[in-house]
This record gives sequence, C-alpha cells and structure tokens, in this order.
Amino acid sequence: MSTELEALVGKRWKKPPFVRRGWLRWALLFGFAAYLVAAFLTIEINWARVYEGLERGKQFVLAFTSPDFTSRSVDIWDGMLESVIMTVAASVVGIAISIPIALGAARNIAPLPVYLICRSIIAVSRALQEIIVAILLVAIFGFGPLAGFLTLSFATIGFLSKLLAEDIESMDKVQAEAIKASGAKWTQWINYGVQPQVMPRLIGLSMYRIDINFRESAILGLVGAGGIGATLNTAFDRYEYDTAAAILLIIIGVVMALEYLSGVIRERVQ
Amino acid sequence: MPVRDISGRQVWKRRTGRESLFHWVLWLIGIAIFAYCWQQISEATTWFFVWDAPRIAGDIWDRATPPKWEYITQLGEPIWDTLNIATLGTLIALLLAVPVAFLAARNTTPSRLFIRPIALLIIVSTRSINSLIWALLLIAIIGPGVFAGVVAIAIRSVGFCAKLLYEAIEEIDSTQVEAITATGASRWQVMAYGILPQIMPAFAGIAVFRWDINIRESTVLGLVGAGGIGLQLSASLNVLAWPQVALILLVILMAVVISEWVSAKVRGAII
Repeated sequence: MSTELEALVGKRWKKPPFVRRGWLRWALLFGFAAYLVAAFLTIEINWARVYEGLERGKQFVLAFTSPDFTSRSVDIWDGMLESVIMTVAASVVGIAISIPIALGAARNIAPLPVYLICRSIIAVSRALQEIIVAILLVAIFGFGPLAGFLTLSFATIGFLSKLLAEDIESMDKVQAEAIKASGAKWTQWINYGVQPQVMPRLIGLSMYRIDINFRESAILGLVGAGGIGATLNTAFDRYEYDTAAAILLIIIGVVMALEYLSGVIRERVQ
Repeated sequence: MPVRDISGRQVWKRRTGRESLFHWVLWLIGIAIFAYCWQQISEATTWFFVWDAPRIAGDIWDRATPPKWEYITQLGEPIWDTLNIATLGTLIALLLAVPVAFLAARNTTPSRLFIRPIALLIIVSTRSINSLIWALLLIAIIGPGVFAGVVAIAIRSVGFCAKLLYEAIEEIDSTQVEAITATGASRWQVMAYGILPQIMPAFAGIAVFRWDINIRESTVLGLVGAGGIGLQLSASLNVLAWPQVALILLVILMAVVISEWVSAKVRGAII
C-alpha cells in the first residue's frame, strides 16, 4: 500500500471541491459575495409599484388563455408577412455573401492578407448588435423593411462565416488533395474537394440562422425597421394584452415550427 | 455512377439527369420566392431616401466625430447598472434553469408523459421571445427601471440555460449513477454525488457563456426603458446628440469585447 493511501485510511471521505486551489476558491467566493452586496445596494426597486403592477401581470397571463387573433387580424397578418419576407430575403443574401467570406477566412484556403480582411469583417459584424445596427440603418435609409433586411443580412454574415470558416479549417485535407492531384482548377477544387465536406454543416447552420433571423425580425420593428415588432409594441402601449398574447403565441408557434423543420432537415443531411 | 455519352466519349457527371433536373427545379422555386420577397421589400421602400443614403451617412459621420469624451463621466452608473442587469439576471436564470433542466432531461424527469412536455414548453416559450420583448412587457407590468431589465434577462435566459443543461444531463455516464445508487443512496444523494459532479463543468461553461450574451443584450435593454446604458443611448438619439451616441457606441463595443474575452478565458480554464 502506498503511503498516500495509508494516510487516507480511517479518515472520512470528503467531496473534492470544484476549484482546487484553496486561496483562489475563497477569493472567488468572497469577491462574488461582495459584488452581490454592492449590486443589491445600488438597485432601486419600487416595491409599491411592483405590487401595483401585479394585477396587470395577472391580466396579461390570463390573456394567454383568451388570445385575440381577430380584432387586429389585418395588422398582425401584415406584420407577420413583413417579418417572414425580411427573414427569407436577408437569409438568402446573408448566406450568399457569407460563403465567399468564409472561404476567405479559412486559413488553409486563403492567403494571409485575404484572411485578415475577411476575419476583420466577421469581427465587426459580430461585435455590433442587431438592434444598434438597425438604429443606424434606419437613420440612414429611412423607416421600413429595407433597413431590417440589411441589418439581418449583416448579422448573418458574421455568424455564418465564422462557424463555416471553422468547419472548413477542420476539414479532411486528404480529400481536397486528391482532387488537386487530379489536376483540378481552383474552382473545381473548391467545388469537388471542399464543398461536399462542409455542405451538411452549411445547411444545418443556415437553418439555424433562419430561425435566429426570424426571432430577431420580431424586435426590429421597435426601432422602425419593419416587421411584427411595431404591431407588438403598439399592442403593449395600448394595454391590449389579448392582442399582444396572440402575437407572442404566433411568434412562439413559428419558432417551434422552424426549429422542428431544421431538426428534420439537419438529421437528413448528416 | 452517372456517366453520360458525349460524342462517343464517356464523361463522368456528379448527378444523374433526373437528379440535376430536380436540383434545377428547386433552385428555380427558391429564386422565385426570393424575387417575390425582394419585390415586397422594394415596394415598401422609399427609394429616394436610399439613393440619398451615402450623403446622409456622411452627414451623420461628420456630426458624430469626434466623440464627446467628457460625457464618459456620466456613463459610470449606467455601465454599473448594465453589469448588474446581466449578472443578476444570469444568476436568477440559473437558479430557475436547474430544476427545469432536471425535469426536462429524459433520464431524470419524474414523468415523461406529463412533466417533461411542460418543462419543454417553458424552455421553448422563454427562448423564442427576445429579451427586448420581455422587457417591454415587464415595463408595462412592474414599471421602468433596472429591476424590469433584470427580470427580462432572467426570463429570456431560463430557456437557453435549461436547454443546454438538460442536454448535458442526458449525456451523463449512467454507470456512475448506478454505482452511487448501488451503495443505497437516496434520490437526492444520487443527484448530489452521481449526477452533479458530471454536469458541473458544463454548468459553469453555460453560466459564463450566457453571461457574455446577457452583457450584450443588457446594453440595449434601455432602449425600451429597462435601465442600463441603453437609456443614455436612446436619450442621446432622441435629442440627436450624435457625439454622445458615438461615445456610447464605443463604450458598448468595449463592454462586448471585454465580456467576450473574460468568457473565453474562463471557459478555457474550465474545459
């Protein structure tokens, strides 16, 4: 028996801690507790106002049991259609642009200058949130779905190019080399050596991004970039909770349907 | 293997004739849908504004530069609020997500027929609605302020955290759980000693990942009145104080970059 084990015999077993270094564990715990105290001290909560609002909260929850699809059906339909149109158009354009950028951002395909340019495009697109881009684009292009369409396309580029480029970088070199050895041109090399390897992932990511684009399109209306968000905002402002509940239920329904669809498609291609 | 005769020579093709026809039809339908969508967008657009856009963009740029640096003294408190919204929101979300995840995972749920669908419904419905919409709703209910932001972020994150967590629970090694059960442990002891240690790294990773996303989202919650730096942004936008807007956008960008760096570091240390 080793000495290490002997020292343990007869002692009660204790659960090993998650963070092994003792001083670090205590420093983290203490820092966190101090932060929590500071945070609670600076947040002002008007409990009287919260209590008053509970009645309205109850009304809203009850509105979900009797959502009103009919009295504003024209507005809801127009808003939903605009959201779907923005989603589809932005996804198509965004995916089409992000494929060449992804090729450029993969270190095993692109030369260094192209790589750096494409990576910086991705970084900019990922760092700016949709809603902020939408505010700027609405200021520049005016109200309407065009601003929303451009915002979503821009956001799609950052998301899709980054993940696709990572997939291209981790692809199997052997297949691509075999195509190259047969004397293929650059375009043929991409088309027959690289594309078949990343296609399942591209389809899966695209479906996922369509899903995200639809969810985002629901809020772009808040800043005037078209879609269902404007209708929803109006419904909240007028305290028409039954209409708001109807819109939220439709959004949840569409997102669930999209998620189910993308699950089926992803299973088929993989 | 699809081979076609072209002037006496056999040429390899990637697809058979029917397959390529099918592909063309699909592409045609796709392009038709896109053309319809584009036409709808174009109808709803005032093209005069679009042709004028470069001039407007240049004008805004002229107004926004240089950023009004001295305004930063007024941004300290909003940034602190933003940090609080993200952190407290994530904490509350994690507290709520753990039970939901245990109820939703196939191997730990008490009842697959009744409780699991309810847990999945909670996950889907909180996940599919953006935090800005939750904030709008909560402002109508509990009034504007930081608290509405915290609750909005918390609700939005529950579904996300619970989904990732229940997937982690479903992937655990069942032999360890069996070993603990075989020692005569109770249901709670099995959870604490058999399941919890296995999902702890995933849990910490999810927490930091979501915190990073929440920092991003809480910077814009103020646009609808839920506290944080977004309040200053919307106030500056409303009075067209572009130099202030430029500074706020720079600060938000910094916050996003820093939080992403922190989260990447922490996740790297855990995994």
